[in-house]
Amino acid sequence: MIPALCDLPAHELRRRLRRREISAAEVLDSTLARIAAVEGRPPTTAAYTSRPADLEKIHAYITLTEERARAQAQAVDRAFAAGDDPGPLAGVPLAVKDIFCVRGTPSTAGSRILETFVAPYTATPVARLEAAGALTIGKVNLDEFTFGSSNESSAFLPPPGNPWNPRRVPGGSSGGSAAAVAAGEATISLGTDTAGSIRQPASFCGVVGLKPTYGRVSRYGLIAFASSIDCPGPVTRDVTDAALVLGVIAGPDPRDATAAIIPVPDYLADLERGVSGLRIGLSPDYFRLKVPDAETAELREQPIASEIEAAVNKAAAVLADAGAEIVEGVPMPNTPFGIPAYFVISRVEAASNLHRYDGVKYGHRYSGPVTDLRELYRKSRGVGFGLQPKLRILMGMYVSAAQYEKAYYDRALRVRTLIRRDFEQAFDPAGPYRLDCLLAATTPTTAFEIGAVYGDSVLMQYADLLTVPANHAGIPALSVPAGHDAAGLPIGIQFLGADSSEAKLLRVARAFERETENEPWRALKPQVLLES
Amino acid sequence: MDPKRSREITEEVFEHLVELASLELDAGEAEYLRRELNGQLRAIAQLEAIDLPEGLPATSHGVPYTEQTSPALREDRIEPCPDAEEILRQAPEVQERHIVVPDIPVTELE
Repeated sequence: MIPALCDLPAHELRRRLRRREISAAEVLDSTLARIAAVEGRPPTTAAYTSRPADLEKIHAYITLTEERARAQAQAVDRAFAAGDDPGPLAGVPLAVKDIFCVRGTPSTAGSRILETFVAPYTATPVARLEAAGALTIGKVNLDEFTFGSSNESSAFLPPPGNPWNPRRVPGGSSGGSAAAVAAGEATISLGTDTAGSIRQPASFCGVVGLKPTYGRVSRYGLIAFASSIDCPGPVTRDVTDAALVLGVIAGPDPRDATAAIIPVPDYLADLERGVSGLRIGLSPDYFRLKVPDAETAELREQPIASEIEAAVNKAAAVLADAGAEIVEGVPMPNTPFGIPAYFVISRVEAASNLHRYDGVKYGHRYSGPVTDLRELYRKSRGVGFGLQPKLRILMGMYVSAAQYEKAYYDRALRVRTLIRRDFEQAFDPAGPYRLDCLLAATTPTTAFEIGAVYGDSVLMQYADLLTVPANHAGIPALSVPAGHDAAGLPIGIQFLGADSSEAKLLRVARAFERETENEPWRALKPQVLLES
Repeated sequence: MDPKRSREITEEVFEHLVELASLELDAGEAEYLRRELNGQLRAIAQLEAIDLPEGLPATSHGVPYTEQTSPALREDRIEPCPDAEEILRQAPEVQERHIVVPDIPVTELE
């Protein structure tokens, strides 16, 4: 069967467009046809009652920007016709997580409080993707303000379904991104990762997700959650596309003082160099988890799902056969503290960032009678925010209160130092392990059912147990598909590396992809594509 | 305060937090949120058991910034907004280019 244009990776579209075998208009039409086939009813903030049909569709897009994409496609086709170069992503359909401002589009953060907000400017990474010729198809769903790991907390419902089984969650918070890319509703997506929000949904949906080094990609125009951790990054269908997109979005930005001045290498240059001689580590602390008991808070040891453990070990064997040296037993003893420290740090930053929503300057404003400004604030925020933002604001206020700050916030920041030191020791070129990267499962389980976890905010946060340490440390991490479990759900593995080692991670992941390209699971297609 | 002492967010503390956070909650929301906050606090309690070495510094950013990698701060320079009306249009209530708010509460000092 000849694959539809919307199912081809960006680098293949690029090749065919450059040879003028296809047009950007055709790529766009193919993508819009796929959206019409698999999307289902659009998510809205109206009172929501789940219908059986909702559990068969994707519901990824909060806003479709067809006219914008059409104009971009015409510009790309005109440029090719004139013999000009319309950029490295010319004609590639892009879904933007609706946490980025894109001028002239509703930029909702998945929240009622921003439902009416039309961004007056465009986020730097989106501007760079558009300047590189990408076709902006629309804005995709997410957990409200990115606060979740399943997309069920969005104010815009139905929640996105997982293309491999739409009764299951796509993960989160970049769930709309991962679902759209997996289902051919976009070729690439721009997501954000604060505790695993790119990698966990990429893993659940069988696509590639890259959390770059903190500061590698500008946060200008990203609606802030936890400013010391938020990282924009690509969600793509293969490793080459992740390299291609990162090369476009990375680099300093005069509008973001945390966008580091570090030259952007050609991420495609060494992609095919293989893993010969590279040292790849495995850590027991990423296989046997320590999870607190819900009642007693005593830590219980719990292994990751056996099929996921097997996938990680198999990946290590594949990479060893390809010439890598596998280093077992790398200690990462502070891994279990990633979530408790995150509960504190991220909530303090979230509460601080969410104070700006006041119903006055933009966004939702309570329209009934109020006696004074404070009541307007309380009512606007009370109606505008869903449960998860409220929960994060309240926790942030509590742990940063003067009398608790030392015991909680200050302590969490020092625990973060310990987590960072685990990685520094593992990657230290003069240390005992001298790793080029660490290999681990991306998630402890595959995608769970819609409704199975949502509501239990502690259990939901623990979905990020294996991803959050990289966020505390600021290091890059790349999740790639590595097989399927017995239920047919994708399994993801991640490569974690030292600061600014994205090129190396991409190279290792590409080697794994190449070595496994003929495995039977690579030929499997998401359920929604079989039915459409 | 003894950091090992187990804490609970009581109804009274909760109401204070809600006031600080400028939120208004219905009873169902309040019950859910207080239960979840206390559940999270039990998870956070793990931090208290960690033996932190004396003098261990806090990390406010995972990745250290150096003079070379930190962008210089921009000069303070006025850049006119190309379309101020576009910004004003975002405000839910505007009169003659002024953003409207209800009465601002005033506390008389003694």
